[in-house]
Amino acid sequence: MTNSSDLNFDDLQALLRCSHKNLKDTCFLLLNIIDADAAKQWLNSAPVSNAVLTDPPPNTALQIAFSVDGLRALGLKETVIDSFSDEFIFGMSGDESRSRRLGDVGANAPEYWDWGGDAAQVPHMLLLLYAEKGGIKAWRETVQGKQFLKAFKLLRELPTLDIGDIEPFGFIDGISQPRIDWARQQSTDSHERNRYSNLLAAGEIVLGYRNEYGQYTARPLIDPKQDLVAAVLPDAEDQPNQKDFGRNGSYLVLRQLDQDVPGFWQFIDKASGSMAEKREQLAAAMVGRQRNGAPLLPPASEKIPGIPDDDQRNRFNFDPDPGGNRCPVGAHIRRANPRTGDLPPGITSWFTWLIRFLGFGGKPDEDLVASSRFHRILRRGRGYGPVLPPEEAIKPDAPAAERGLQFICLVANISRQFEFVQNAWVMNTKFDGVQQERDPLLGHRKPLISGEVTDQFNRPDPAGPKHITCHLPQFVTVRGGGYFFMPGLRALKYLATLPAKGSEISS
Amino acid sequence: MTPQSTFMITGAVRDGQLKSLRDLLATMNKAPGQVDPDNGLVPFGRFDRLHVARFVIIEATTANEIKEFGVTPRPWPPTLAFLGDFDGDRETFLAELVELAGSGLEKIFSFCVGFPDANSNTLLQWLQTHNIEPKANYINWIGRTVKQVHEEAALHKSLSAYLQEIADEVGRENTRALRQKLLSYVEMEKQAGRLTLTPPEPSPCGWKIQNLVHKIGVPLILLLFSPFFILIAPFFALRLRMLERSDPELFIRPTAEHIKALSAQEDWFVSNQYSVFGDAKPGLFRLLTFKFILLLTDYAARHIYNHGFLARIKTIHFARWVFMDDDHRVFFASNYDGSHESYMDDFINKVGWGLNLTFGNAVGYPSTRWLIKEGAGREQVFKYTQRRHQIPTEVWYKAYPDFTAYELSRNARIRQGVEIRQDTDEEIHEWLSLI
Repeated sequence: MTNSSDLNFDDLQALLRCSHKNLKDTCFLLLNIIDADAAKQWLNSAPVSNAVLTDPPPNTALQIAFSVDGLRALGLKETVIDSFSDEFIFGMSGDESRSRRLGDVGANAPEYWDWGGDAAQVPHMLLLLYAEKGGIKAWRETVQGKQFLKAFKLLRELPTLDIGDIEPFGFIDGISQPRIDWARQQSTDSHERNRYSNLLAAGEIVLGYRNEYGQYTARPLIDPKQDLVAAVLPDAEDQPNQKDFGRNGSYLVLRQLDQDVPGFWQFIDKASGSMAEKREQLAAAMVGRQRNGAPLLPPASEKIPGIPDDDQRNRFNFDPDPGGNRCPVGAHIRRANPRTGDLPPGITSWFTWLIRFLGFGGKPDEDLVASSRFHRILRRGRGYGPVLPPEEAIKPDAPAAERGLQFICLVANISRQFEFVQNAWVMNTKFDGVQQERDPLLGHRKPLISGEVTDQFNRPDPAGPKHITCHLPQFVTVRGGGYFFMPGLRALKYLATLPAKGSEISS
Repeated sequence: MTPQSTFMITGAVRDGQLKSLRDLLATMNKAPGQVDPDNGLVPFGRFDRLHVARFVIIEATTANEIKEFGVTPRPWPPTLAFLGDFDGDRETFLAELVELAGSGLEKIFSFCVGFPDANSNTLLQWLQTHNIEPKANYINWIGRTVKQVHEEAALHKSLSAYLQEIADEVGRENTRALRQKLLSYVEMEKQAGRLTLTPPEPSPCGWKIQNLVHKIGVPLILLLFSPFFILIAPFFALRLRMLERSDPELFIRPTAEHIKALSAQEDWFVSNQYSVFGDAKPGLFRLLTFKFILLLTDYAARHIYNHGFLARIKTIHFARWVFMDDDHRVFFASNYDGSHESYMDDFINKVGWGLNLTFGNAVGYPSTRWLIKEGAGREQVFKYTQRRHQIPTEVWYKAYPDFTAYELSRNARIRQGVEIRQDTDEEIHEWLSLI
């Protein structure tokens, strides 16, 4: 086993380790590479932020990610590109079947997107710039430098705006995040831990390390004998004679999600008879948290690995509330992270373990959800649009504006992590036995093929029958998106030194 | 109780006819992956005993993998298979098939070698002689009929709407009164002919005896042979570990076109189909092990896992393992809830051991240890191999496309609550919460 000292934080982009929370100003740029040589020159000297922690933290940051076409434009060989995952190669909008799985249908369909909807014209590159309040303009000028305009064409500047800790609907966001087990202390063997843990193997987020299966996720490896430039790359941990282009890199999923804030609050207000208290209750039930981030469940009695004991907002799981009496099963945070372990709760001895392992001894409603640890994502999104508090949003003349979230998440396996969460949990009308509903926030409301509606939200009631809210409109609409790869810093160097297209350096 | 049965009619496709057959089968779909239940060839929707059915052209696309074992691939003509699961006995069902879809089936099977043949005068005879029995068969809930599924779904829908109507008027906390109202409502609806809850048929006598004989007979025979098993166990273990260590491992990524073709057929309904075909590992040792494990699987499915779950998996409606090509090849078909990726993750994490047992003897499967360990736990190799061996299903029908297996059992519990009164308030509340 290797230990933490082997982990080179100086080769990781900083975003993998922190969300640049203190850097309030952001500028997200979508670019196309128009001159590969100039782009490489720029890349070679770009001040990309690494994950080494400094005190004080830096007052600016820069992260870079590429789409598959971006890597191609820089001249990365097809043989290397072929070893990336299918999702990355074909892109978020590249296959109708994928769109169907992701819920990108109807108003969410890629054909209506502002960007990224045409798989043949996915932006090459994503630049994420962060600076302290007021500093973004100067930082952007520094980053761009002279070569920039020659190298790149600016396709789009994605809107972002610092709206504090909240997302546009008004809820504190980004509370639940996996803690990455950089030190590799936790076993991934199901026999050694079958309960929910918030500590996540580094290989679930970063390529080149062991994932929760104890395996190395497939990624591009390069034979240094065939490719001399590859000498700059780190070795593959599992195949030391190969260089690992993926190591310390991560897939970055970006989705621009438009949020209809007045629509959301006006619907909730109407559904709760314009009573402020009921309104808050319904909204909190849909999200699974109060607006201040407080969960609807009391803290768990047991310790949860990866969550500090005093973290009241995170130290809980849904085991004490299987029926959803406190937090509805369909609530957003319960769908996005059901906090399940490998085995259902209630295992006290090897005997009960065996019974449950063989599928016996549980109630029919139990054990319907997959184990969470294989489906976690690290979120790094930023909001946009002017703040509109619920009290204002419920007014019929609430100011309309573009509001939403630049949703960003980092994963090592797009299909098992992001796509699974989106498909099997968020958009699924049958998640954990719910009836006729998708995620109350994110879901589209298209009926099933037989006409069965999916636009409800059910709140179980410990006293009697459940409360059903009907005819939810769609509150969130996808406006753009793409799958990117955020390389490690040495892989960036490798890209910057790739021979120009046509010429080959090999032994 | 009405037991379920299977059919699987196969025939090799005539040379050069593959494409036309495919085109013909495609006419049964509204779009790829979306069957038309009223299609002119086999109008599935008209069979009120049919749960699921599919047409699949079984092609040996991975035949060359066995070369890694130093074995020459056996020839395999593309073979059309028509299979399904239904209520009641096969004889009457096949007759029904001929009656309602005779001309369509004749049209389809005329693409097969040996149709019609000299020995079978009628289509019915031909179907009967070309049926293959599965080596192991899984039914989510033995005895649950299509009719019951539809009746109970209607009951749930009707109760759910009525409960919302009366909840506030009666008072949400007043659960006993709510139940009373619901029960009288059901009676009224039944009287008015809007709801039907057909009582289960008595189990056929022959089936009952056969089932009992199987239930007792298999363990008895195993017990009888147990001294022999104990005797050979060390040799078995030795040979097994030798093979597990030396069997070639294949880490081949399926092509993007293949994945694209498969996923175009998926996720139109809440359930999906899965058809997979490959070689059994060569040698008598592997074959006998494979057969023995499937014997146990079949036993477990029939007598232990017959009420809503297969070990920890609650999402499979029907599944079967079939030996073909003189026991050299294996075909597996299942009908499951959710998307492919979640099906596979569920499998790996919940019943990886069971997967290893039942598929570890197939070519291309990631190496196992002691039959149950590792194997599917090697996620990427496993996911590659199962997708690579998957074959497209030309036509797939499920009688209740929008219902998961979990919902079917929930609806059955709702019905149970209508027929058997709960005693405690807690039970009443639990029943109400299902609706």
